[in-house]
Parts: sequence; structure tokens; C-alpha cells
Amino acid sequence: MVEFALPKNSKITGGKTWPKPAGATETREFRVYRWNPDDGKNPSVDTYHIDTSECGPMVLDGLIWIKNHIDPTLTFRRSCREGVCGSCAMNIDGQNTLACTKSMHDVKDGAVKVNPLPHQPVVKDLVPDLTNFYAQYASIEPWLKTTTPTPQKEWKQSHEDREKLDGLYECILCACCSTSCPSYWWNSDRFLGPAALLQATRWVTDSRDEATGERLDNLEDPFRLYRCHTIMNCAKACPKGLNPSEAIAELKLKLVERQI
Amino acid sequence: MNAPKPSMRTPLARVRALGSSHSGTSDFWRQRLTAVAMTLLIVPVIVVVLMLLGSNQAGAKQIFSSVPIAIIMLLFILASAWHMKIGMQVVIEDYVHNEKIKLASVMANNFFCIAVALASIYAILKMSSGV
Repeated sequence: MVEFALPKNSKITGGKTWPKPAGATETREFRVYRWNPDDGKNPSVDTYHIDTSECGPMVLDGLIWIKNHIDPTLTFRRSCREGVCGSCAMNIDGQNTLACTKSMHDVKDGAVKVNPLPHQPVVKDLVPDLTNFYAQYASIEPWLKTTTPTPQKEWKQSHEDREKLDGLYECILCACCSTSCPSYWWNSDRFLGPAALLQATRWVTDSRDEATGERLDNLEDPFRLYRCHTIMNCAKACPKGLNPSEAIAELKLKLVERQI
Repeated sequence: MNAPKPSMRTPLARVRALGSSHSGTSDFWRQRLTAVAMTLLIVPVIVVVLMLLGSNQAGAKQIFSSVPIAIIMLLFILASAWHMKIGMQVVIEDYVHNEKIKLASVMANNFFCIAVALASIYAILKMSSGV
């Protein structure tokens, strides 16, 4: 059966409260998930207080401040710090989002609670293991597939056909959507998840691609595609404002269209 | 999520697994088809149920002897049993991960839905024929 409770070794126990920074007049409390694969202990939630007068406004700024000033062992991914790379995706205040574009002022009540993306194996602290997620993306073969010899110049596309890719190509593969999806929680070994399916729609929709039918063949499966029950958590979570649920509905419509 | 079981297969091989089953669209379509059918049929079915309230078996037989009423009830049973079968199978596939239990559950679901549908159809035909 599906596991509704955390395994014993994943249950959160205790946690350390770090002292408030000396001399700070304005502080903000952060409660951050910690887990170290090397110490054999269960995960914990550590409490930190950051000096907001020395720190930028985003949650990522707070985490970097903690790492620089309080606890250098705190581990998380980050790179562009402007919502382009998708590295700092994590669960903040109960919502999957990017730490670099989430303002700590938008977390209204009490502490800023930071956890890794849900339902993924944890590598350390806030770093999830996204191996399966990336393999699912690779499985939809996200590149232009053609049989016609490559033209001397470019593959042509009308303005109208190009517009059909809007809302699809902007995905940064941060995994906020897939890891917010209950269907993905229960069946991520077989369900491709909203992110991979949004990208599948991007290539099925591309007027230049000559493998549309093969792509649909590859997706037509009760688990790969039809585990999506239009729960819409994906659309709510997407930090880029995309709607994977709608994209998946387009795939289903195309599959019905070619059958009826 | 538990860490995946140790395997020497590559992540892509695990994702591709046995490949696509090239099915699912028919069930997806039929689930919508039966949902629309039930939406259309639910008002006349409620009217028939209201007509049946307080009537004895002879009265019920008289109501079911009407061909349109019998057909409406038969269509409703077919649509709802079919919808129930597909919907329950989705729930089983979502939550039951043990392959043997899943197979047995899907089989039991099929048997149950067919039995309910046939019993209901038999009852309607019996009432309708006045036997």
C-alpha cells in the first residue's frame, strides 16, 4: 500500500536552537530541516534567528546569511538567485517554491519554515535527490526529432505555431510541481509527473517536430500519463506561473482526438 | 519517499521499465462518456424513484412496464456500473502497490461491478415483464 506516514528513520526528532545574533535589533526566526547522512541520526528542525538589517529580503538571502554567519554546515542548492536556474526549489511555509524569489516578508505568521521538496529521498539537509525526476525528463526525449533532411537554413515555424509554445517552454525544471503532486508522491516510479509531461506537451505541440505520433504512443499509458487526476497542485506551486495541469489535459485531448 | 531499492540499472532504464502499454485512452474516454450519460439520466431516474416511493410491488411493476422508464433505468445502471468499475480501478492503481494484491483487487472490482450490473438489469427486466 501507499505509505501515508514517514518511515521510522525519516521521522523528525528534536532540533537545536541557535542563539540569537548578538547586538541584532531586528531578527527573523527560521526553522530549517536538517539531516546528515553521516551521523546516523533522524532528521531534526533547527531554529535560527537572522539579523534582517544585514540580510536581503528573500528566503534564500536568509539561508545564505545562516550559512555565512551561524552554521556553515547547512546544505542547500542555489545558483542564479533570480528564478532562472531552479536550483533553490524547496518547501517554504508549506508551499513548494524557489527560495530566491520568495520574500520572507510574504511568510506572515511566525517563523519561516523551510523543508526540502516533499517525497523525494534527501541527500543532505535541503538537497533532494532528483535522479528519477531528471531521468523522467530524459525519457520524453526533449529535443527536435525529424526525418526530413535538415534544411540549409532553419526549420521554419509560423508566428501562430510559435505562440502555441508559450506557457510550455518557460519551465526551468525546478521540480516544485512534480513534488507537490499527490499522484507523483504515490507513483513516481511509473507516473512521469507534471514537469516531464509539460515538457512532453511542449514537444508534441512543436509544429517543426515530426515524431508527434511516436511521442503520444510513448505517453499513452495508465501510469505514465493517466495518473494525473487534475488535482492542480502543480499549477498552484509553479513559481513561473505555468499550468502543467492544462498541458496534460491537452495531451489527453490529442490522444482522444486520434482515436475518435 | 523511501530511497529506491538498490539497483544496477540506470535511472533511465528504470523509468522506461516495460515501456508504454499504449492503453488508457479508452478508459479515460469511457469515464467521461458515462459521466455525461449519468448527468443526463439522473433527473429522469430521480423522477422514477419519486414515483416508486410508497408503491407496493404491483405498483412498481406497473411503473416499470413502461418501456421508456425501463430503458432509462437500464441505461443508468449500465452507465453507473461502468463508471464505478473504471473509477474504482483508478483508486486501486493509485494506492495498492503490491502487484499480487493489485491484480486480485482489480479482478474483484470487475466481478463486483459486473455482478451488480447484471443483478440490477435482471431485476429491471423482471419487473418490466411483470413476472
